[in-house]
Order: sequence, then C-alpha cells, then structure tokens
Amino acid sequence: MQHVSPIREPLVTGGKTYADITEDVCRQVEAKPNMRWMMALGVSLIFLAIFFYSVYRTLWFGIGEWGLNKTVGWAWDITNFVWWVGIGHAGTLISAILLLFRQKWRTSINRAAEAMTIFAVICAAMFPVLHMGRPWLAYWVLPLPNTFGSLWVNFNSPLLWDVFAISTYFSVSLVFWYIGLIPDFATIRDRATGPIARRAYALLSMNWTGSAKHWSRYETVSLILAGLATPLVLSVHTIVSMDFATSVIPGWHTTIFPPYFVAGAIFSGFAMVLTLMIVTRKVFKLEDYITLEHVESMNKVITLTGSIVGVAYITEFFIAWYSGVEYEQYAFINRATGPYWWAYWSMMTCNVITPQLFWFRSIRRSLTATFIISIFVNIGMWFERFVIIVTSLHRDYLPSSWVMFSPTSIDVGIYVGTMGLFMTLFLLFAKFFPVVNMAEVKSILKSSSGVSHTHNPDASMHGTAPKNSHKHD
Amino acid sequence: MTSKKYILGVFEDEDVLLNAIEKTRAAGTKIYDVFSPYPIHGIDDVMGIERSRLPIVAFFCGLCGTSFALWMQIYMLGFDWPMIIGGKPHIAIPSFIPVTFELTVLFAAFGMVITFFIISGLRPTLKVPVMDVRSTDDKYVMAIELKEGTDINKLNDLLRSNGAIEVNEKEVVK
Repeated sequence: MQHVSPIREPLVTGGKTYADITEDVCRQVEAKPNMRWMMALGVSLIFLAIFFYSVYRTLWFGIGEWGLNKTVGWAWDITNFVWWVGIGHAGTLISAILLLFRQKWRTSINRAAEAMTIFAVICAAMFPVLHMGRPWLAYWVLPLPNTFGSLWVNFNSPLLWDVFAISTYFSVSLVFWYIGLIPDFATIRDRATGPIARRAYALLSMNWTGSAKHWSRYETVSLILAGLATPLVLSVHTIVSMDFATSVIPGWHTTIFPPYFVAGAIFSGFAMVLTLMIVTRKVFKLEDYITLEHVESMNKVITLTGSIVGVAYITEFFIAWYSGVEYEQYAFINRATGPYWWAYWSMMTCNVITPQLFWFRSIRRSLTATFIISIFVNIGMWFERFVIIVTSLHRDYLPSSWVMFSPTSIDVGIYVGTMGLFMTLFLLFAKFFPVVNMAEVKSILKSSSGVSHTHNPDASMHGTAPKNSHKHD
Repeated sequence: MTSKKYILGVFEDEDVLLNAIEKTRAAGTKIYDVFSPYPIHGIDDVMGIERSRLPIVAFFCGLCGTSFALWMQIYMLGFDWPMIIGGKPHIAIPSFIPVTFELTVLFAAFGMVITFFIISGLRPTLKVPVMDVRSTDDKYVMAIELKEGTDINKLNDLLRSNGAIEVNEKEVVK
C-alpha cells in the first residue's frame, strides 16, 4: 500500500525502514561523543563561564555594572529577554500549531525545536530575574502574603502577567516536550547495553511499553496539549508586548504591538530553528530526515511572518503620522534619522529586505543562503527590540533628560553568556536525547517516504488496499 | 508472585497487523494488548478501544483553574487588601483576564497529564514489563493471554495464517 502523493516530495528520503530510523537517531545517543561535539561544548562552556562571571559582577556590585541610566532604565536586559522569548516561540508553533493543522513535515524537526523553546525561555528568564537586582527575592512576584501582612502583588500590572505567562508557558512546554520524549526513551532503553544507560532511560521512559491503549490516550493528550499550547504561545508574546503597550511612552503606546510581536516571535524563532537545524543535520548525518523540503517549508513561514513584520513597521510609522500626536511623530522620525539611525536601518535591512529573497525558489532551497539569511533575521530581530526599547526611552517628553545608552562589558558578557548557556544545554540535549522524534517519523514513514515498506502481497496491489488504509490521514 | 503466560505474535507490517487483529477477534480470541513503536491509526476501531475521556478531565481541570484564578485575584485585591491602582476599581475584571487565562491552561494541562500518567500506570521505574524489545523498534507485537485449556497450536495457526512472522511464548512474573 502506498500513499505517496504525486505532487508532494517525500519527507523522509534515502529509502529508510523503521529499523533504520531507530538506528540513525540512536547512534548519536549511544556512540561516544565525537571530537566536533567536544569542541563545540568546549566553546560553549567558555561562553558559559563569561555568563557566570558577568552574573557574579552584577550580583556583587549591583545593577550599576550595566550601562543603564535614569532615562534608559531598560535596555539590553529587556531587549535580550524579548528576543529570547521570541526565539522560543517557533518550537511551540512547530509542535502545536502545525500538529493541529496536520502538517506532517513538522515531525522531523519538532523535537529539536521544542528543546530550543525550553532553553530559550531559560535564557530569557535570566534577564528579568537579574534586573531585579536582588534575585534572591524573586519570590516576591508570587502572590504570597508578605511580611507586612497581606499586601498582595498587583494583578493589574502586565509585568506580573508576564510572571504567570512565562512560567505557565515554560512548564506546559516542558511537559509537552517530555510527553513526546517518553516513547523514544523507551526505544533507547530497550536498546541500551550499559547498566547506567539502561537504568537512566528506564526511569526517564516512565514504564512505557507502547501498548495500543496507551498510544490511544497518548495521542489524545498530545492533541489537547497542542490545543492548549497554541493560544498560550499567542498570549505569552501578547503579554510581553503589553509590558510596553500599556505605558505612555511614545513609540510604545501602540495597539499593534500584540499581533506584531507574535509575528516577530515566530519570525525569529523559525530563523533560529533553521540556524540550528542546518548545523545539526550535517553534524549528526540526519539529511534524510531534515530534508530540503523541510528547509523550504520553514523558509516559507519566514517569508510570511517577515512580511507581516515589515507591514507592521510601516503601519507604526503611518499611525504615528496619522494620529497627529507630535511626540509619537517625533519618536518615529528620531528612530529613523536620530542618533540610533544605524540600529533602525539594520533592523529594516535584516527583517524587511532579506526574507524577501526567499521568493526565489533557488534561494529558498539553498542551504548556504538559508543559513546566512537566518543569521541576518536573528540579528535583525535583536535590533528590532533594541530600537523599540532604547530609541523610545532615550528621548522622551523631557529634553533635559535626553541621554545616549551604551552597554558595558557586563551587558555584553551576559548577552553572549546566555548564548553559551543556550548552546551548552542544546549540545547536551543533542547528545543524550533523541534529536528526532522517532515515533512520529515512523508514523509518517509509510505515507511519505517514497519507498514501499509493505510485506503484504495483497496490500501492495492497486485497488485492493486493506480496509483501514484510509485511516492514514 | 503470580505469573502469567502470553502468546506473542510478531508482525512486520501495520496493515497486516490490523487485519490480523480483526481476524483474531472474529475468531473469538481475546487480545490482551498490542504493542507498536508508534501510534497506528485505525487500531482503536479494530481493537475496540473506547474514546479516551481525558478531554473531559482537561475541561474540568481548566474550569478549576479559571475559578481559582478569579477567586484569588478578587479576594486578594478586592477584599483582603484593596489597593487603588491607576484609578481602577478594586475588582478590575479586564486586567484579571490574562492571569485567569494562564492559570486555566496550567491547570488543564497538568491535570490532564497527571491523570494520563495515573490511569496508564506510567511512573518512573527500573523494571519495565516489555513483552518484546523489538516492539519499540520496528515490530508490532500482539499479546494473547494464555489461560488454562487454551489450545496453543490453534492460536499459533491463527496468528501465522494472518501474517505473523514469529509466534513466541512469554512468561511475565508480577
């Protein structure tokens, strides 16, 4: 029986069988770490050390170690926070929204994308926590009765909504990711030869046997979690944007922020998935699972969301003029022509112009071009957040308080340090966890691998497919 | 310590397996369970597995989350320590919506997942009762419990004639 579409390219190439999938994915987990992985981990650990040093300086000497001043009280910290949260969004988008839309191409990339979500949210969370100055009092953001009696947290503040949104998002994503990992942990457990590996994966796989009844419930759970995670993704970045939008700062006080931030988040998230996936598929020899078809699909999403972001920039400018509010108009003219013009135009170039190159099929299907453009998009999205935050703050209503912001080495250290944290976590994940969701790839293999795996002579003949063949959606 | 014996039919193709499940059930044999490396679509119908009621669990857990969040915010800011913030009323329902939504999702997701773990008997353990380790790789395994007086040869024939590539016996000590 074959369900291969005549117009769609296969999602798994190379004539793989089910056993090949297990072998290809488990090989990385079971083999000794190779030299390239060790070197990558070494570099990541150096960056992680920079992170710890910068955090130590921040905690020991205080927030004065950062380049903040009275006018620009939020700068790189919140820029990096929003940037990292945005990057995290693609993972949930790929695993949840594309699951609801029954997009089969998500299966090879969802595992790594979800891992990316978890790690990006961890990196993001570092910034607001450190910005508190006294992170050991971070529990004050929780609705706990404090020492003065029952003075509670302010539920009217978007900053508190963020606390609830980010922690819910993180924990639900973690559960979703873990649920997806259970069957694959069981596969590794059943193949494991060493006693430590067998015990570790036996604990992680939670008694999973692959029983039909469990699979049935498992699919229900995945679908509902996807249904819950989808509005969650949208709410998280909407609430992040409300941190700005509910203020009265010109350039922030905009109703377009929620949809515009969500589109930007998906845009930067997909770029990060591409950056990582292009490297991972090469290093782990997963070219048959993460194919050009996958890269092209993601590039199409980047083109769409990049265009939405482009339209949002132009709309913001138009509304600033159309509103007739002179402060708003000044804020936008200052963004484009003021002292931070270079940040604004970097953002415009990276986010509006570069993704439009993906209209050309040859560029969309070129790995080198995709890799370069995905880096550009990541840089562009960082500048977007920087432009929104710093250019709006550095010149507000009171000209006597106008200043420039420049980051200190500690600002830079924490930022590149979180990249080290992210890469360290990702490398450990790639070594000890299955990078590709084996169970899900196996479930689409028959319908989109381009090779017949059937052993049933009746079923392979045309017109005599067995009764249940239509159940493969 | 009780031990149970099972007959395991090993299959190599999901369509053959689905067909064999139907034939086995039609022959009046009760199938203990089927193990597969991935979810097979359509197996619920042939196995007679009822639709899971987990969505209902998720709904009611979500409802608990909504009520808890609304109660918490109304009680804290409306009654226990009323604060005037930006001239808003103490009980400003619109600004309570984000937290209410997040807690609804949190309760629904965790309630459903915890229920799923409990009813499926999924818990961290070192001894896993796997019938055949190949069922997490590339084979499909149909397990039939062997009771007193079951004709092994007849079961063997039934499984083989429906496409099983191997038929094994397995004793599980519980």
